[in-house]
Amino acid sequence: MVTLGHYLTVSGLLFTIGFAGVLLRRNIIIIFMSLELMLNAANLSLVAFSRFRLDGAGIPNYNAQVFVFFIITVAAAEVAVGLAIIVALYRARQTTHVEDISNLKF
Amino acid sequence: MTFPWFILLAPLASAALITLFTQRSKLVSSCISVAAVLASFVGSIVVFVRPNIRVPELTWIDLRPAFYVPLGLVLDDLSKTMLLLVTGIGALIHIYSLGYMKDDAGKSRYFAALSFFMFSMIGIVLSNNFVMMFIFWELVGVSSYLLIGHWFERNAAAEAAKKAFLTNRIGDFGFMLGILMVWTATGSVGFQEMAQQLSRITSHPGYLTIATLLIFGGAVGKSAQFPLHVWLPDAMEGPTPISALIHAATMVAAGVYMLVRVGFLIQAAPQALSIIAWIGTITAVMAALVATQQSDIKRILAYSTLSQLGYMVMAVGLASGEAAMFHLFTHAFFKALLFLGAGSIIVMLHHEQDIWKMGGLAGRLGITFLTFMAGTLALIGFPPFSGFFSKDAILSLAYEKNPAIFWLALFTAFLTAFYMLRLVVVVFFGKPRSDRARAGREAPWVMITPLILLAIAACGSGFGFVARLFLHLPGGKETGWLVPGMAFAATLSGMILAILLYRRRESDPINLALFRKAFYFDAIYGFFIAATQGILARLSAFIDRWILDAGVICGTSSATWGFGSLLRLLQVGNLQAYSFLLGLGIVGLIYFTLFR
Repeated sequence: MVTLGHYLTVSGLLFTIGFAGVLLRRNIIIIFMSLELMLNAANLSLVAFSRFRLDGAGIPNYNAQVFVFFIITVAAAEVAVGLAIIVALYRARQTTHVEDISNLKF
Repeated sequence: MTFPWFILLAPLASAALITLFTQRSKLVSSCISVAAVLASFVGSIVVFVRPNIRVPELTWIDLRPAFYVPLGLVLDDLSKTMLLLVTGIGALIHIYSLGYMKDDAGKSRYFAALSFFMFSMIGIVLSNNFVMMFIFWELVGVSSYLLIGHWFERNAAAEAAKKAFLTNRIGDFGFMLGILMVWTATGSVGFQEMAQQLSRITSHPGYLTIATLLIFGGAVGKSAQFPLHVWLPDAMEGPTPISALIHAATMVAAGVYMLVRVGFLIQAAPQALSIIAWIGTITAVMAALVATQQSDIKRILAYSTLSQLGYMVMAVGLASGEAAMFHLFTHAFFKALLFLGAGSIIVMLHHEQDIWKMGGLAGRLGITFLTFMAGTLALIGFPPFSGFFSKDAILSLAYEKNPAIFWLALFTAFLTAFYMLRLVVVVFFGKPRSDRARAGREAPWVMITPLILLAIAACGSGFGFVARLFLHLPGGKETGWLVPGMAFAATLSGMILAILLYRRRESDPINLALFRKAFYFDAIYGFFIAATQGILARLSAFIDRWILDAGVICGTSSATWGFGSLLRLLQVGNLQAYSFLLGLGIVGLIYFTLFR
């Protein structure tokens, strides 16, 4: 039997991998991709809760699934803005290595 | 406004008028001042003659039942006599000053300060409660400061004025503490109420002794007793009429007057009484010893005043306010006389004060000589002059109560005769020792007349029938002729010794540095003051340099710098590090929200 716990574990693993990617990768586009991975982990856990939390009549709570739609939409918008910033950054610095962008270092 | 207030306020009005309006005109200022004091004197006579004048008191601070300070006048026998004394001698001194200060540039300022002094002194005499007396006490100190420092361009005068004021303040500090203690115990500051509530304080003898000694501290300062006597000889830097009025007849007598006024309090504390008597005795002996070696005519008289004040305080300590007041009364006359006589000599010899530059003045300043002789004989207690009777009263008292004090007092009487005759022989007899002495002529009438009047008082005020009009004479057992006889013998031997030693001398044959430097008190005090100031200065410098500058200021800046350096380490400019910290923060937040 695949229970809620399994889904949540997978979701947690995905989130962790995504977070580790944000912290450890050097290319800024890969960092962005890892960020998306974190968002999708949240999506997965939301859908899992919707599937496994049934109310009295056996009907799943669809609020979570609707919330997932919102998250997907927001993620898309965020990606658009974020990639625009990255392009502007590339034009200014000629690099995608995040370690080279440290003007705020004292 | 009832009549007796006028006695108090006339000199104040005079001082105010002179200060505000007439400083430019020396003649008008001096006339206003003399008129004011004469008006006070006439008022005093009227008050003296009319019995039982009731003066309603004005309320000043009314916080009953805790604290009530009226402004009231007390008009009993003691204050009426003292008032006559103060205004009478004050009037004579004002008139004398017209002559002495004739060519002085600051004459208006002098008379303004003199009027202010008269106001303050009359205030002390007439106050009916401790707080009012303390206010006037301080005002008298201020007036003394202004008058001693009249010739303030002279460094010595300015220093002397400062010394007088500061030494007085030390005594006044104790005085204030004593007043507060007595007020706490009896619940009142008025003398009458205090006397009625006396039983509340006498049930605690230790408390009463301390309070009495603190109050006596005020008299130690004002009446220049040991150890606060150091200001009086230096106060001779002021003009001689001031020395006569303030530092001989009136202000220094204020201490004794105050002690007699609260005699009911003091006499309830036997240990305090004995300390008071001994301090008086020590002052008397010490000052007499120092006077034998001085060569400034005013300093000899100053130490003589110290010695006689010691006698008065001794009498207070031997529980006889009457004997003290009797001696105060006679002393005021002959000491003022001696000072005014000295002033006339000084001014006619063009401000020469060294007795070893005088000589042979008996012929040249005849009336001065005769009156000075009368004052001297009164001071040394030669019968039938006034000093004999008053000093005899004190000696009899000492003979009954405390033999040690009696012998010391007798020795002091011997010394008094010795140094006064030394003064008289060196100044008035022999050959003139300087040109100024050779050129000396008699003083003008405006200065001679007060001398003559005071000489009459010095002769007559000792007799019972005269003194009884003014004072309650001390009673007591008659010791027959023993004590007067011994006193007369001491006086006579002092006179003879002085005449033998000092006839026809050009300089002092005895040379005792210990006495001439007044037992090195000034040096000792100076050393202690310098040492204390040095320690305080070093302590302050240490605190300022190491604790405030290095510790607080540099410390604060270093700490801020240090924290800044630490925090700066977080600002690495690395995006991923920031994300990591963000993640840590979220974890912490979740933990503290959900699991705590």
